[in-house]
Amino acid sequence: MNYRQTTRILRSVLTHAVVILLGYVMIYPVLWMIASSLKENSEIFASASLIPRVPSFEAYVRGWKGVGGVSFATFFGNSFFYSTMATVGTLLSSSLVAYGFARIRFRGRAFWFTCMLLTMMLPYQIVMIPQYILFFKLGWVNTFAPLIVPTFFGQPFFIFLMIQFIRGIPLELDESAKIDGCSRFTTFRHIIFPLMSPALVTSAIFQFYWKWDDFLGPLLYLNRPVHYTVSLALRMFSDPTTSTDWAAIFAMGTLSLVPIFLIFMFFQRYLVEGITVSGLKG
Amino acid sequence: MTSVTTRYPSRERRTRLRDTLEGYAFISPWLVGFFAFTFFPILASLYFAFTDYDLLSPPVFTGLSNFRALLRDDLFWKSLGVTFQYAFVSVPLRLAFALAVAMLLNMNLRFVGFYRAVYYIPSLIGGSVAVAVLWRRIFMKDGIVNMILGSLGIHSEVSWIGNPRTALLTLILLAAWQFGSSMLIFLAGLKQIPRSYYEAAHIDGANPFQRFIHITIPQLTPLIFFNLVMQLINGFTIFTQAYIVGGPSGDPMNSTLVYALQLYKKAFEFYQMGYASAMAWVLLLIIAVFTALIFKSSYLWVHYEAKEG
Repeated sequence: MNYRQTTRILRSVLTHAVVILLGYVMIYPVLWMIASSLKENSEIFASASLIPRVPSFEAYVRGWKGVGGVSFATFFGNSFFYSTMATVGTLLSSSLVAYGFARIRFRGRAFWFTCMLLTMMLPYQIVMIPQYILFFKLGWVNTFAPLIVPTFFGQPFFIFLMIQFIRGIPLELDESAKIDGCSRFTTFRHIIFPLMSPALVTSAIFQFYWKWDDFLGPLLYLNRPVHYTVSLALRMFSDPTTSTDWAAIFAMGTLSLVPIFLIFMFFQRYLVEGITVSGLKG
Repeated sequence: MTSVTTRYPSRERRTRLRDTLEGYAFISPWLVGFFAFTFFPILASLYFAFTDYDLLSPPVFTGLSNFRALLRDDLFWKSLGVTFQYAFVSVPLRLAFALAVAMLLNMNLRFVGFYRAVYYIPSLIGGSVAVAVLWRRIFMKDGIVNMILGSLGIHSEVSWIGNPRTALLTLILLAAWQFGSSMLIFLAGLKQIPRSYYEAAHIDGANPFQRFIHITIPQLTPLIFFNLVMQLINGFTIFTQAYIVGGPSGDPMNSTLVYALQLYKKAFEFYQMGYASAMAWVLLLIIAVFTALIFKSSYLWVHYEAKEG
C-alpha cells in the first residue's frame, strides 16, 4: 500500500465516521422516544440508554385507552378519514384545474395563473378568521367539513406541481385524441389523467402526510373528543396538567408516526423527487 | 369562395370561444374556491380589521382603533420581537446546516442513500405533534438534554423550556434540526454543477475553500434565494411547535409567544376578531415587505446561468 492509497482510505473512514456520528445525533431523539415507549415510567428519566431493561408493550395498552373516555382507535380512524378524504379531494380537483391551465389557451389564463401563484405566498392567518366565521355560520364547526370541503376546490401548490408535470407530456397525444373525436374531458380523463400518475402519487403522499400532521385546522374546528384527530389527541394527552404517563404518551406518539414512516419507506423516490422538483418546505 | 373566406375567421373565433369556455370549465373548481376561500375572506378580513367583532353580535365599525390599540399592546410587540428572533436565527441556521450536510453527502460515499434518509427523517416527522411533545420533554429539567450534559460532566439544573432566556432557543433548535428538505434541494443543485468548473479551478490552483466560495455558492444562489423566501414566510407564521413546546400562552413569560400564537389567542380565546384581523394584515404587510426586499436584492446576489452566456 502506498502513501496515496493510505490517505484515501483514511479520508474515507474519517468521512464515514463524521457522517455516522452526526446522523446518530440527528436520529437520537426519535430513537429515544421509541425506546422510551417500551420502558417503564420510572426508567425513562433514569438513564439515557436506548435499551429498555425489560421491553414491554404495556404503555401501548395504557395509551390506547386515550383521553376523555375516547380511545385512540377513534382518533386514528378520524385521522385516516380526514386525511384520505382531503387527499381524494385534492387529486380530483387539482388535476382538473392543472389540465385546464397546462393545455387550454383561454382568455385570462395568464391573469388567473398569476393569481394562483400569489395565493401560494399568502399566510394562512389572513384567511383564517373569515373562513372560520363562514364555516361557523354554515354550522360546520365540530364537523370534518371545514377541513375536507375546501380541498375539493383545488390546492395551488398541487395544481402547480401537476402543471409542471403535464407540460412534459407530448402535445401530440392531445392532438391525436382530438382527431379521434375525443372531447377535452375525455382526453383528460382517459389519456392525460392516467399518464399523470407519478405527479398524482407525489401529490397524494404530500397531501396525506400534511393533513395527517395538521394541527391548527383540527384545533380550530374540532372541539369534541370523538372528533379529535391523532395530533389533537396527542396534544390533549400530553397536557402537563393532566397526565404524566410519559411512556404511554411516547407510545401513542410513536404510533402516530407509523403511517408517515410507511409512506416514506414505500414512496421514498416520489417524495425526494417532489421535494427537489418543487423546492418544497419541510 | 367568399363564403369560405368569411366562414374561416368565424370558425376560428368559435373555437377560441369554445377554448375559453372549456378552459374556465376546467379551472372552475379552483376559481370558485379562490373566491369562496381566499378572495372574499381577504376582503372580509380587511373589513374586520376596522371593526369590533366578537363573532356573536354584528361587527361594529371603529376605524383605526384596532391598529392604534395594537401599537400600544405590549404583547403585540413582544410577539413580533419573538417571531423576528425566531425567523432570523432559525432560517439561516437551517440553510447553513442543509448546505454543509449536502456537501458532505455529495462526496462519493458508500451507503449514501441510507445516510440521506437518516438526515431527512427529522424533517419528515418534524411537523408532527408527537415530535413537538417529545421536544418539550427532552428540554425539561430532568430531560434527556440535561442527562447527557450531566454525563459529559456539565451539570445543569435549569429547565430549558422553563427558562425565559432559553425557551425560544429550543424552538430554534427544533427548526434547525429539520434541515432535510433544504438539504435534498441543495444536493440536487450540487449534482448539477458541471465537474469541469471544479477541474478548471483546480488547475488554476484554487484551494477547496476558494472553490466553495467562487463556484459552489454562486451556482447555488437561485436555490438559496428560493429557500430563503419560502422558509422566511414559514418562519413568520410558525404556530404548532410554539403552541406545544412553549404552551398555548407562550410560556415562560411570553418568551415563546410567536406572532401566530398571539393572533390565535386574540381570535379564539378572547373572540376579538377585529383586533386579530388587524394583526393578520400587519403580518401580511411584513411578509410582503421582506419578500419584496429579497426579490429586489436578488439582482445583486443571485447568479443565473443565462446572464453569463
